[in-house]
Amino acid sequence: MKKLGLIVNPIAGMGGRVGLKGTDGADTVAKALELGAEPVSPARAVETLQGLKRVGVEFELITYPAEMGATEASEAGLKARVIGHITSGKTTAGDTKRAAGEMLGQGVDLILIAGGDGTMSDVIEAIGTQVPILGIPTGVKMHSATFANTPQTAGEVAARFLREGLPLLEAEVMDINEEAYRENRLVAKLKGYARVPYEPVMMQATKEGSTGYELADQKAIARWVVELMERGHIYALGPGTTTRAVAEELGIYDSTLLGVDLIENYKLLARDTNEQQILEVIGKKPMTITVSPIGRQGFILGRGNQQLSPVIIKRVGKGNVWVLATPHKLRATPTLKVDTDDAELDREFRGYIRVITGYRQTCMVKVV
Amino acid sequence: MSYQQARWAEPLIFELSKPGRVGWTLPEKPRERINVPKELLREKLELPELSEPEVVRHYTRLSQMNYSVDSGFYPLGSCTMKYNPKVCEELAALEAASYIHPHQAEETVQGALELIYRLERCLAEIAGVARVSLQPSAGAHGEFVAMLVTRAYHKSKRDDKRNQVIVPDSAHGTNPASAAMAGYEVVTVPSNARGRVDLNALKATVSERTAALMLTNPNTLGLFEDQIIDIAGVVHDAGGLLFYDGANLNGILGKTRPGDMGFDIVHFNLHKTFATPHGGGGPGAGPVGVQRELEKFLPVPLVEYDKKKGRYYFDYDRPHSIGKIKGFYGNFGVLVKAYAYLLLMGGEGLSEVTEAAVLNANYIMRKLLGVEGYELKFDASGPCKHEVVFSAEPLKRMTGIGAHFVAKRLLDFGTHAPTYYFPPIVPEALMIEPTESESKEELDRFVDALRTIFEEARSDPDKVYSAPTATAIGRLDEVKASRQPILSWRAYRELAKE
Repeated sequence: MKKLGLIVNPIAGMGGRVGLKGTDGADTVAKALELGAEPVSPARAVETLQGLKRVGVEFELITYPAEMGATEASEAGLKARVIGHITSGKTTAGDTKRAAGEMLGQGVDLILIAGGDGTMSDVIEAIGTQVPILGIPTGVKMHSATFANTPQTAGEVAARFLREGLPLLEAEVMDINEEAYRENRLVAKLKGYARVPYEPVMMQATKEGSTGYELADQKAIARWVVELMERGHIYALGPGTTTRAVAEELGIYDSTLLGVDLIENYKLLARDTNEQQILEVIGKKPMTITVSPIGRQGFILGRGNQQLSPVIIKRVGKGNVWVLATPHKLRATPTLKVDTDDAELDREFRGYIRVITGYRQTCMVKVV
Repeated sequence: MSYQQARWAEPLIFELSKPGRVGWTLPEKPRERINVPKELLREKLELPELSEPEVVRHYTRLSQMNYSVDSGFYPLGSCTMKYNPKVCEELAALEAASYIHPHQAEETVQGALELIYRLERCLAEIAGVARVSLQPSAGAHGEFVAMLVTRAYHKSKRDDKRNQVIVPDSAHGTNPASAAMAGYEVVTVPSNARGRVDLNALKATVSERTAALMLTNPNTLGLFEDQIIDIAGVVHDAGGLLFYDGANLNGILGKTRPGDMGFDIVHFNLHKTFATPHGGGGPGAGPVGVQRELEKFLPVPLVEYDKKKGRYYFDYDRPHSIGKIKGFYGNFGVLVKAYAYLLLMGGEGLSEVTEAAVLNANYIMRKLLGVEGYELKFDASGPCKHEVVFSAEPLKRMTGIGAHFVAKRLLDFGTHAPTYYFPPIVPEALMIEPTESESKEELDRFVDALRTIFEEARSDPDKVYSAPTATAIGRLDEVKASRQPILSWRAYRELAKE
């Protein structure tokens, strides 16, 4: 029988309704409570579990005590094996990390995590990609690609994963700096990647030119990008799994997932470069930047790839920025965004941009 | 009225086999000695051995567990599953049509050639084009031929930069596939909030690299591309051609013509619009029509009439032709059915087909707009054409039950499901094409069934989750079926061994 882990971050989402834009840190939690915030995470987690129960799939549920999972499970009418210890009413990020670590030790097949971006960051800090996870969206900030669209779909995807197995994909875990966000600045950071079950929206994806399989689509994109590459030209590969597929197509297996790598003549020229290093080579040879939308918000520039600064983008030119995205990813992000920290440059990117979606396939997508 | 499909515990024909049982007796020795290459000879044939009644009963039972237009309502969107008059079948089965051979001399098949010649003229008139090749054997084949014609056209202008074909995001999947197969890059343009081609996006897309735009009109949402003249202008100004995908021709017959909208190349699905049963893998026919300027690129041969001799003949003397694209001259039986259907209906009859098909779709649209759980994602202000795409997203939001489950549950009401999850630009899509064949009572029953499913989803969701139960076979493991298809007795037997 498959083992399913469940971690509920009970305080996730509390800052949302009271306008705090997040619930990171003990002070914020206190402030949220002061403002009369009510927990939202547990009820949404129960919704997921009820959906899971209705499907009637068999699994062993392993969870943490009280409001971190045990209460929600019993409310949904599910039996659970409870592990670990917490101080009820005073849960912390440390509890989330410990819970994830202990579930890894229990050999669970999948962990359902009710929370937001902060919770996701805590989980991957503890267990990385060792166990597949799936986010129940209950937080305020949810920029990571690890979340199901709704608590209900989280239940459906988990059920399919337990019943018939689903392919696993690496998905971005993002977090934004709440302090800055409260001052109306959006500073997003790509915290890393988690492995999540991939539900290819039934088989219909094949009808729009997608193979329905994310990895195959990435490979198709990579194959074409490599065909388009010219000698004597430098290619800056931005962060992400789609650009990594390009590197792999070239036989480069040590490219960075989170950084910007430079390619020349089909070989790795420099790894994990910063703005200065890119600027040094840019004057000498023509350059093309390849980027992929990050997470669920569809940012192609200015999120997770700030090394590609406005100066660099301007010198390369809009026409030499190649955007790569699988049809599956584009469906989740129907419009793209840029936030380069240079309003004029952002304006230049607005309108329609050609996105490479497959082998010899592109799609016009609006940049807003 | 409750529905129950026939449910036989019918084994495979191989499992019914009894050694030595005979249905037909063949001559002991072949009259002619045929030299079969050794490597193709088999010691054991392993064919099933049964009597004739056993075979007839086996296949009759299988057919009873099937579902077709002849057994009930089939609103499978974008497939035009309309009723095909039996008289067309009868005419196609006449010896004069079915006993002739493509290797016969031209003078012995003058009637067949005349039929091809006249059918071509009819189709050219319906679509507003100059000439039509009847050879392509199916819709996608027709699209592919259209792409080859496009390539030949640009090549004749010594314009070899044009390597992109534009396709709207609502298009049928065969469009990008056909363009890619012909060597083109595919560029997708998004739809606007009205469910039509986004003209600004199109303007940003066309360039000196544009070879063609492939468009269906009415489009896959069942909406008429009312900016078609502007769209045609944008593409033509950029030097590209306009290809009309005839998938939805049932929505405009006798009302407007692709040629009048500015299209340069048109394809037809005779098996959809003109009375050939389809959906079972063929045979079909996907004729391609073109405007005067492109005529010389059509495949060889075309049928011409020699006035002096009073004879019809195949014209192979076409130096600019893209060449031969099929053995002989298309699926002749399908051409006979189409011609019979056209004569049966006449011009006015065809207009009435479209009127009834569009009226039926609008009747369903208006009625279903009053049913909770389903909504339109795009333009709900005007009429739709031959089909309408609803979204079951409200139902899913309220109950967790999406289009997939609705489609399965509908089968229990004795109706085929609409196309679901397509087009992908509509979440939880239910694509409904009633066609002209259905009565008001049938349409009412369908909408009532959808209303009942909405109520069940709220009061008794398990009933919906466990559907269908009234069909020969219940919930299939679709994922396994597509990942591990077993399509032959041999594959089945090998799997059983494992």
